[in-house]
Amino acid sequence: MTEPRARITTKVNGSEESREIDTRLLLSDFLRHHLKLTGTHVGCEHGVCGACTVLVDGLPVRSCLMFAVQTHGREIATVEGLAAPDGELNTLQAAFRTAHGLQCGYCTPGILMTLTAFLAENPRPDEAEIRDALSGNLCRCTGYQNIVDAVLIATGQLTPEPAS
Amino acid sequence: MKPAPFTYIAPHSLAEALAAKAEHGDDAMFLAGGQSLVPAMNFRLAEPAALIDLNAITDIDAPRVEAGALRLGALTRHRDLQYDPAIAAANPLLGEAILHVAHPQIRNRGTLCGNLAHADPASEMPAVMLALDARLRLASHTSERWVAAQDFFEGIYTTACSDDEMLVEVAVPVTAPGTGTCFLEEARRPGDYPMMGVAVSLTLDTDGRCTNARLAYCSAGETPVLATAAADLLVGTDLAEDAVAAAAEQARHEIEPMGSVHASVGFQRHLAAVLTQRAVPVARMRALGETP
Repeated sequence: MTEPRARITTKVNGSEESREIDTRLLLSDFLRHHLKLTGTHVGCEHGVCGACTVLVDGLPVRSCLMFAVQTHGREIATVEGLAAPDGELNTLQAAFRTAHGLQCGYCTPGILMTLTAFLAENPRPDEAEIRDALSGNLCRCTGYQNIVDAVLIATGQLTPEPAS
Repeated sequence: MKPAPFTYIAPHSLAEALAAKAEHGDDAMFLAGGQSLVPAMNFRLAEPAALIDLNAITDIDAPRVEAGALRLGALTRHRDLQYDPAIAAANPLLGEAILHVAHPQIRNRGTLCGNLAHADPASEMPAVMLALDARLRLASHTSERWVAAQDFFEGIYTTACSDDEMLVEVAVPVTAPGTGTCFLEEARRPGDYPMMGVAVSLTLDTDGRCTNARLAYCSAGETPVLATAAADLLVGTDLAEDAVAAAAEQARHEIEPMGSVHASVGFQRHLAAVLTQRAVPVARMRALGETP
């Protein structure tokens, strides 16, 4: 049987992408396999882990719970769009490095995208607000403390310790 | 696993969507938020041959107040219940309960009507609908009907919606002065499905006597449970401690929780009583216009 197909045009990190795809293709798989943007990770494929979080029209969503065909005409932001074109890390990313806010890095893109949207709405959150904002992203490595510190550093609320 | 192939239909009007459903019947499912449907499709627990995407429909109404009722259409998202000031002003129970539903990323896409139509027994919003005595509008290609919330939830993932119908709208009362509400739940972690949750709505007369009470529980059986016998123990009283304790004890017996790996049946019953005893006084204070 030939699979149902659709042609979509979507803006990803500012660039327009036009592709013909299976209608059953998940957004997460579209980003990773068709656009080769493998920064978005797939952890659970049922919406609980948050590793696949991207921004669609500015709002964080689970890319494993959307079909690519639903993003026709929409704007998507992924982790690849955070750093400058020359690779320089943005403020949030740099703070994650300073605070050691990642170990294996699997959850990190989803967390960065969640935080990017969160900080746009709440530029100076306290620790409780940060932890609440992170409640939809699971991290098995860090225990979250250094992630919280990274956000506090990025928002100018914590001075990083000097590197030893 | 990945979802099985399906024909993708993206109508621009409600009538088109309902016509497509009538044509495909059981083989088609509606896609609104997708936060319950797509996980099921990813596991292949659901394999609709056709998916009718509602997100491009332009004639589904935005939330509005009409004749004392807050009307929420099929594309009202959980996020709207949290952030729309008109909804918060009209019915604060919605905004209070929605904070317990999943996580922000889920709430950005998930819809109220989709959540109700999915009818997970542990979901918070079905219990909220019972507490508010909500009315649900079901529409098909040829007709429509209103169903009381109590008559909508029939079993686990089972509702009164027939094969050619869509839940297109929910009507809840605008919370009037003299009425107070409260939602409380107990879950292992914020955002998890609760081990037990209660939605309370109380109306008091000018002497502070309770004239109407609705106590609804989630994770309390195969459907959300409206504990009418427990509520009857509050009506006519001034909601003093002994009346609340009696109602809490009655609620403990009136629900039929199924137990889970997180909570035994006994613990769920215990939680129901505890949450009732905490929620009723809060709702009472709000009914009196006081800050709890």
